Amino acid sequence: MPDETTPSARLAAILAALFPDGHAVAVADGLVTGDGPFGEGRLAVIGIDSDTALGIEGACLLAGRVLDVARAGGGTPILVLVDSDSQRMSRRDELLGLNEYLAHLAKALLLADAQGHPTIGLLYGHSAAGAFIATALATRVLAALPGAHPSVMDLPSVARVTKLPLEKLEAMARSTSVFAPGLDNMVRTGAVQVTLDPAKPLGAQVAALIAEAPTSDTRDALGRERGGRPLAHDIAARVMREAEGRVVRGV
Amino acid sequence: MEKLSFRHATRTALPGTRASAITGVVASGNLEVLLERNLAPDACHVEIDTAINGYGEVWAAVVADFVARRQPGGLTITINDGGARPDTVSLRLAQGARLMEAP
Amino acid sequence: MDWKPVALSTAPLDQSWYEASARARLAGLLDADTFEEFIGPAQRMMSPHLPLFELPRAFDDGMIVGRGRLDGRDVLVAAQEGRFMGGAFGEIHGAKLVGLLRAALAVKPAALLILFDTGGVRLQEANAGETAIAEIMRAIAVTRAAGIPVIGLIGGRAGCYGGGGLIAGTCAHLVISEGGRLSVSGPEVIETNRGAEEFDSRDRALVWRTMGGKHRRLIGAADAFVDDTIGAFRAAALAAIPTAPTFDLASLEAEQARLEARLARFGDAQDATEIWGRLGVNDPAAVPGLTTEAFDTLLDSLPERPHHAR
Repeated sequence: MPDETTPSARLAAILAALFPDGHAVAVADGLVTGDGPFGEGRLAVIGIDSDTALGIEGACLLAGRVLDVARAGGGTPILVLVDSDSQRMSRRDELLGLNEYLAHLAKALLLADAQGHPTIGLLYGHSAAGAFIATALATRVLAALPGAHPSVMDLPSVARVTKLPLEKLEAMARSTSVFAPGLDNMVRTGAVQVTLDPAKPLGAQVAALIAEAPTSDTRDALGRERGGRPLAHDIAARVMREAEGRVVRGV
Repeated sequence: MEKLSFRHATRTALPGTRASAITGVVASGNLEVLLERNLAPDACHVEIDTAINGYGEVWAAVVADFVARRQPGGLTITINDGGARPDTVSLRLAQGARLMEAP
Repeated sequence: MDWKPVALSTAPLDQSWYEASARARLAGLLDADTFEEFIGPAQRMMSPHLPLFELPRAFDDGMIVGRGRLDGRDVLVAAQEGRFMGGAFGEIHGAKLVGLLRAALAVKPAALLILFDTGGVRLQEANAGETAIAEIMRAIAVTRAAGIPVIGLIGGRAGCYGGGGLIAGTCAHLVISEGGRLSVSGPEVIETNRGAEEFDSRDRALVWRTMGGKHRRLIGAADAFVDDTIGAFRAAALAAIPTAPTFDLASLEAEQARLEARLARFGDAQDATEIWGRLGVNDPAAVPGLTTEAFDTLLDSLPERPHHAR
């Protein structure tokens, strides 16, 4: 278990690269909060470090920081750094309403973004399931560093649930990105918009993401382009056409 | 998975005017049946996608029995099967025909 | 819990929500014969991925979307079929709801209703399902910010688990019944990962009082608790339309305060009954057996009414 009051080596390196003049980003219990000077202004940071599971306290604390930024106004962008486990799996978390806490964190990020604080996710390690949805996937643009390894579920667990042999799943995973874990597959679905280049300065790449962030959700269009989600974009567009009465429907 | 296809001639068209109907749900031991009125009045096609292999003869008998009883002329019937027993299949086919017979 | 037939009546509104199919729920929920489906079953837009796993497909991929009327008002609706693949989110299943939410901005319905019945992400299409859930949550935020209430109805066989629980937490208003269960990790998932000492998934009473409708209503995770009938869900959905909160900083600040207060007050509780006791319930052990009427009376008698900023 890594020391949870200091950043992991990877996080420390990311913070040093982003904030060469120093920063006020702290880590406690694997939760990352703070900010630092960035360009002409500041960059707010929240995140999860060291493969920490996201539970009710963590989600509540991070959401509170995001709302602080939104309340202060001024368009400060928010960087969401993620190396997490899945949501914390416990009876107590569910008893107290983990779904509300995780949704609240996602909503805080969505609201801040809508109010002019561009939200940028940066995946630098693991993430999975509810923790992934509540953090990285709730940002406007999600980028990843090479070596990041998001997953919805690992293959042995998929094998257990689907009752298919692991060897068969491993073979399928090589040709089918829609269910297989890993960064490349999340890039193909459009969930991860871009993989950053570790040879180039990180700050400039993040600044470019902030400047060029799309205003609408383009993930399903990316998924079609990249082949990881061949149908999602067309299905959504078709529902919109039918709902808006732009087609004469058959029976 | 196995695909089965049956083509039958009927003496009459299925009464009613409804163009299409759906009944049932794809689940273990259950199936969904989509009925569409789009063939000549003396024809009935049944297309089946089933999760359980090797029951072609049972399906042939259940479908033939349904066609003989209901005379579902004019219908294309498409089935997604999650492994339903023959009595469930017969029940769903009868439900579907009843829906299509509605005025 | 045992599931008694609610009524011997054959009227659609008296039928059990829990037992009904997604299509039957929609037919009963909306004004008679007003439901119009988008990408209906005859279009055969089925999962391209399930055949790889030797699994049967459904014509609607377990998600039925369309429009209809609710007491004369135009609404958009989405219903999950919990018996097909556990109502789980796959590529098409999720994209249909994404499209419906995006359409709401132009259609401007009186409300958009989501009839949840889901175990979460469909593992065979996990990446597509997970991403769709994120797209849905973002689209709900946009829809709510435009002043359109997004209302969730939870009372199906599969409950509302995984990413479904996060989507539900994004809605403006939630209606839940005794059969509705709302959480992220399900009992079996917690037991598999942490052992039966952490969560004995076979202890149904424990499951219900930890994740069930009454507990969710008592702690403020749901806004209305209703009988397990299509009519009760219809009435509650109608009542919700004028009261649903919009999506703004004030709502989220209030939710932040609500969730912080919950942690401070109940963070050390070992069981739901302890929380209910602290809320002022005199006989917590009796809560699971209360009828909806008696439960509503109990809610009215509590010193503080749950508040529902979300």
